[in-house]
Amino acid sequence: MNAPLVVFFVLAAIAILGAVSLILQRHPIHSALSLIVVMVALAGLYLLMGAEFVAAVQIIVYGGAIMVLFVFVIMLLNAGVEERTNVSKMAAWAGLPLAIALMGFIAAAVASSTDRVQAAAQTGAPAPTKALAGLLFQQFVYPFELTSFLILVAILGAIVLAQREKTHP
Amino acid sequence: MIDSLLNVAAEHADLLISLVKILLLMFIVLTVNAYLTWFERKVVAHMQSRWGPHRVGPHGLLQPLADGAKFLLKEDPTPAGVDKFTYFLAPLMALALALTSIAIIPFGPDPIRILGHDIYLGIVDLNIGILALFAITALSVYGVALAGWSSNSKYPLLGGLRSSAQMVSYELALTMSVVGVLLMAGSFSLRDIINAQAIHPERGIIGWNIFPQILGFLCFFIAAIAETNRVPFDLPEAESELVAGFHTEYASFKFAMFFIAEYTSMITVSALCAIMFFGGWLSPFPASWAFTHYLPSLILIPFGLWVIWDGIRYETIFGRIILPGLGTVITAIGAVLIVFPFINEFIQGPFWLLGKIFFFLFVYVWMRGTLPRFRYDQLMSFGWKLLLPVSLANVVITATIIMLRGH
Repeated sequence: MNAPLVVFFVLAAIAILGAVSLILQRHPIHSALSLIVVMVALAGLYLLMGAEFVAAVQIIVYGGAIMVLFVFVIMLLNAGVEERTNVSKMAAWAGLPLAIALMGFIAAAVASSTDRVQAAAQTGAPAPTKALAGLLFQQFVYPFELTSFLILVAILGAIVLAQREKTHP
Repeated sequence: MIDSLLNVAAEHADLLISLVKILLLMFIVLTVNAYLTWFERKVVAHMQSRWGPHRVGPHGLLQPLADGAKFLLKEDPTPAGVDKFTYFLAPLMALALALTSIAIIPFGPDPIRILGHDIYLGIVDLNIGILALFAITALSVYGVALAGWSSNSKYPLLGGLRSSAQMVSYELALTMSVVGVLLMAGSFSLRDIINAQAIHPERGIIGWNIFPQILGFLCFFIAAIAETNRVPFDLPEAESELVAGFHTEYASFKFAMFFIAEYTSMITVSALCAIMFFGGWLSPFPASWAFTHYLPSLILIPFGLWVIWDGIRYETIFGRIILPGLGTVITAIGAVLIVFPFINEFIQGPFWLLGKIFFFLFVYVWMRGTLPRFRYDQLMSFGWKLLLPVSLANVVITATIIMLRGH
């Protein structure tokens, strides 16, 4: 077993443990912290694949900005410990088999595409940031700009919703 | 037995070198932190016509040691009702992230050659250096925010909330303000950014990024002060309103960890200012002025002599022994640099970088002694309505000029 593989399994284990802890924790802040662990572990996985830029952006945007916002809102609302109700019959009888089926489906998809996935990962050298920039700002410039326009619309929508109370007291 | 140990050491030489470098850097940074508190108290005191620390050791030079012992020996109570895990995690996170960020700073251009290994000054040389630093900065919000939340007390909670809002707001301006420098250097690596400022070695100081990027520098420095929660942006710990803000409920060494984290990030920010806008380890003089290489000695020897002269007149016997000794060491270092030219050549880069870092640390302290604190709404409108647009405009202007010039 070579070193990158060991690092991969360690990071993957951390990511999965973080995700499980995210669901099992009873306090929202602890759940948010678990999600940060998942984000950082994913960034580590990107780094392992040689995608340095994506790894850094993953931490800056997801680990930093977005999760800080989550934590901020939880702190501001002073959300308490969540209450657990008994698991509904519906969830036990329909949800569990469905979840297992979905997992099997994804596992099968991953297993059947192993050759291609490995071929992509083994290309070697770090993905240069310049190539990424070229793809984003030249080849896919219109979809990219459209995405930012979409986000702008979402921000404007949020502002309009938040301002409504003030204009109609 | 010893042979096999040596073999293992030789096989993992890179790992060993990194470990030694990490330990050395930790030691240096923590010592500098301790004396930074002394420096800050002294400078602020003199600005306010006071003496500052003066009792423990000559000129209060042993005050940091006394403070350190106090931090270690004080009672460390855990308040009732805290969220234990997060309460202990927060200071650890703040300190660990602050110390990690300094590992990315390169401190000198040339490697030292020991036993056939090139040892560079600086722990890692990432080609996404500046991005990695921003990633660490982005995470360091949690130390403050979680400390505020987990303390289960109203003042820390308000401090934590303020700081998360402040840091998220100023992070944007911080990131935008360096884009101009990145465009000019064409790289994320700190080493490349410095080298890009040395394309014309004959120009010296004129080639530094500060002149084309003056707007970027102002935005960067202001945003960085806000990110490190220092005056005039220290609202998270505004003592007149929030007792001590996010670290109100922390005592003893856990408080010291926040303290060390804050001072370490001050050093990192000063180093970044020096590297990105002030030429890093480059000398401000043209490369052909070889006589300027004696400048370190020219500063060290008179300073050492002054310390000796001041020491022999000092009022306590302890001071009359320690200060002249210290002065002799400083003078001797200056003399060694003149006698051994190869050491002098090697020391040039680190000398200029450390000098610039020291200057920015002084500016930090200077501002603390001069400026009053912002009001919260002023802070927010300043960040969003002035700093962010100006740094965006800087990006547009820089990009346009680079485009027109055709690289």
